Amino acid sequence: MSTPTRPLSPHLQIYKPQLTSVLSITHRATGVALSAGAIFLVIWLAAAAAGPARYAQVNAFLGSWFGMLLLIGWTWALFFHLCNGIRHLAWDVGWGFELPQLHASGWAVVAGSVALTVIAWAAGLLAMGG
Amino acid sequence: MRSTLGRVRGMGSARDGTHHFFAQRLTAIALVPLTLWFVYSAVGLIGQDNGAVHEWASHQINACGLIALVIATFHHAQLGLQTVIEDYVHREGTKFIVLIGTKLVCAAFAIAGIVAVIKLAFGG
Repeated sequence: MSTPTRPLSPHLQIYKPQLTSVLSITHRATGVALSAGAIFLVIWLAAAAAGPARYAQVNAFLGSWFGMLLLIGWTWALFFHLCNGIRHLAWDVGWGFELPQLHASGWAVVAGSVALTVIAWAAGLLAMGG
Repeated sequence: MRSTLGRVRGMGSARDGTHHFFAQRLTAIALVPLTLWFVYSAVGLIGQDNGAVHEWASHQINACGLIALVIATFHHAQLGLQTVIEDYVHREGTKFIVLIGTKLVCAAFAIAGIVAVIKLAFGG
């Protein structure tokens, strides 16, 4: 199907990274990462259904530094994809395409995803301590 | 009489061009409340034992929420991964195999998740 001799349009490395393009590729990357997170959700559910021994095993993994790192990453990825997904839904109904609005909503997504991650983990650590 | 593929190859419309777009948005809308509810619930379950998770999941509303979450998540993931694969995998044969594989894996994990929730809810 493809003809290798045809000229190609300039690709990613030609362009200067901008908020719009960086958030776009991050949306895609977090989506792929969250697909792996979804598999872990099923592992967690299956372990909980299997009984105390299995559940303790999975919890021990989640409590390790690597498990915590994964969970923090997935938490942020989830909140980013959620916030930016709402931004996408707003675009779908035709709202927010002007550059100032794009930048404002973009930075709101960055700030919102970090804030929600911090809130969720603060609540989680409080629950663990108390 | 022409197949949908035949119509598209002949530059026509397969008449389901918006299905992928619409399903992705519909599952996205469903996932907004579902993921927020799940994160809130999961935070509440931190540090609790297996019995507490069973107790939580045996409430009908929570079991319904978990099953809805699993279905919407894997449907949404499949649709998103399909877009990524179609963008980056250019060899037709490889693309076909990877797309089918992704669908089957997503379906398998969705089923495993649903069965786990049912077992959690009714397992006592």
